[in-house]
Amino acid sequence: MPASPPTRTEPELALHAEDVVAGYIAGIDILNGCTVEVRKGELVGVIGPNGAGKSTLIKAVFGLVPVRTGRVRLGERDITNLKANQLVAAGVGYVPQNNNVFPSLTVDENLEMGLYLRPRKLRERREVVSELFPLLRDRRNQRAGSLSGGERQMVAMARAMMMDPDVMLLDEPSAGLSPKLQAEVFRRVREVNGTGVSVLMVEQNARRCLQICDRAYVLDQGRNAYTDTGQSLLHDPKVVELYLGTLAQG
Amino acid sequence: MADEPEVVAQREALVEGEGTLAPTSDVAVAAHHALDGVEPRPGVAKPDPILVVDGLRRRFGGLVAVDVEHLEISRGAITALIGPNGAGKSTLFNLLTGFDTPDHGTWTFDGTPIGGKRADQIARRGLVRSFQLTKALSRLTVMQNMMLAGSEQVGEHFLSALLPRRWRHQEQELERQADELLVRFRLDHMRDELAGTLSGGQRKLLDMARALMTDPKLVCLDEPMAGVNPALTQSLLGHVTGLRDLGMTVVFVEHDIDVVMTISDWVVVLGEGCVIAEGRPQSVARDPRVIEAYLGSDTEDEL
Repeated sequence: MPASPPTRTEPELALHAEDVVAGYIAGIDILNGCTVEVRKGELVGVIGPNGAGKSTLIKAVFGLVPVRTGRVRLGERDITNLKANQLVAAGVGYVPQNNNVFPSLTVDENLEMGLYLRPRKLRERREVVSELFPLLRDRRNQRAGSLSGGERQMVAMARAMMMDPDVMLLDEPSAGLSPKLQAEVFRRVREVNGTGVSVLMVEQNARRCLQICDRAYVLDQGRNAYTDTGQSLLHDPKVVELYLGTLAQG
Repeated sequence: MADEPEVVAQREALVEGEGTLAPTSDVAVAAHHALDGVEPRPGVAKPDPILVVDGLRRRFGGLVAVDVEHLEISRGAITALIGPNGAGKSTLFNLLTGFDTPDHGTWTFDGTPIGGKRADQIARRGLVRSFQLTKALSRLTVMQNMMLAGSEQVGEHFLSALLPRRWRHQEQELERQADELLVRFRLDHMRDELAGTLSGGQRKLLDMARALMTDPKLVCLDEPMAGVNPALTQSLLGHVTGLRDLGMTVVFVEHDIDVVMTISDWVVVLGEGCVIAEGRPQSVARDPRVIEAYLGSDTEDEL
């Protein structure tokens, strides 16, 4: 990796994963020195082929996969290999790809779980979050397990928002949803970002992801292949050919 | 500009020129045109159906998950099954392939009633499926997963298992077939890795490759492209249309509407368990009921 991209006035970083090497099994690295920056207030996407290490990156940042070398910083603070609960307290929200709600709890209880560390703020935060996800107000006493895929995704995102995080990590929020619901989820991601939360989002739906994010990284084999604004990547013929496919150009 | 040209160069080597997605073989062209005069209306009869479903119903408590009055799947064609989340697509697959039991209803496959048969019996008749959430056996290697799917293996019988010369030849043949499929699905480099180490998308590929080990007549693919990156989607589509060129019938559930429009000969739309529309992709995409229930209006603009 080159040291760092040329910078004008050094932007303030909300999250910085630097030369991260990580993997699940001893001796096998999935991430081979991957670097991702999220500036304050930015919506950053991560796309790439299967097995590129996208989900692993999110998990490494959130302390679910050990970082072998390299480091992760939240603002100025080194958060490398902190535990998930410490990270939540430090201001990182995480929405897993699967099984991301407590199915036997109601929507309200799910939100409450999100604020487990700061129960006193419950009423206030619930107000704020309900503003962002009005749909959940109608469903507040319904069991999360009875919700549709799209609604569950909203619950999971809302729950992560309860702690008023500085940085939100999203692992493929649109996976398995119909086109209509995908659009809805992406719209919410934008809105969450609009409240000032910096977002790092891993997505399989690469085109949509690039359309809505400020900047994006293309990961391949655990390393950075391309970095640019979403729009530039979307129109880079090489990126289109190798990573987006030419199917849906029209 | 690429951050790491070397990584990109390796990717370039992987993404080769894509073949055409239009039907190429005579059987595929014939299957495509067999649907030409068919009226786009739910439950419409097809000239040569391989699968015919009648009065199929499945309730979960108060919820009617599937309620299909009549549905025919045209032989040799690629049929897309679309619909909103919770419309009953996966449940319908489960019922047809014997993974779930309907409250009532019958269906015939290739002229034989197969309602009430077990999943393995149905698979043996040539109707196989893949799963939306993959079911790879994670403690076996990729190759072992593939080999396990081969049907009618002589070595499965206790006595023959003791005599390697009775199954060695067949096993070599299966291995060759498996290797071919792994190359086709770009999993050959993972051949001897445990399936548990595959990424989500790679598991998807393994699931599909494994389904093809049995040389089926009809393949049901449950969201084959979900979790697969776009560039690979395109070559996967080539494989799906390739199945049609070989004369196989394909039914697939898919949310990516571009995929549906590109490869399907016919589209069936489910809504709340019922078939609410069917027809050629273009006609379905214009159907106001489908737009209302599923596609939404011009979602691109809102982003």
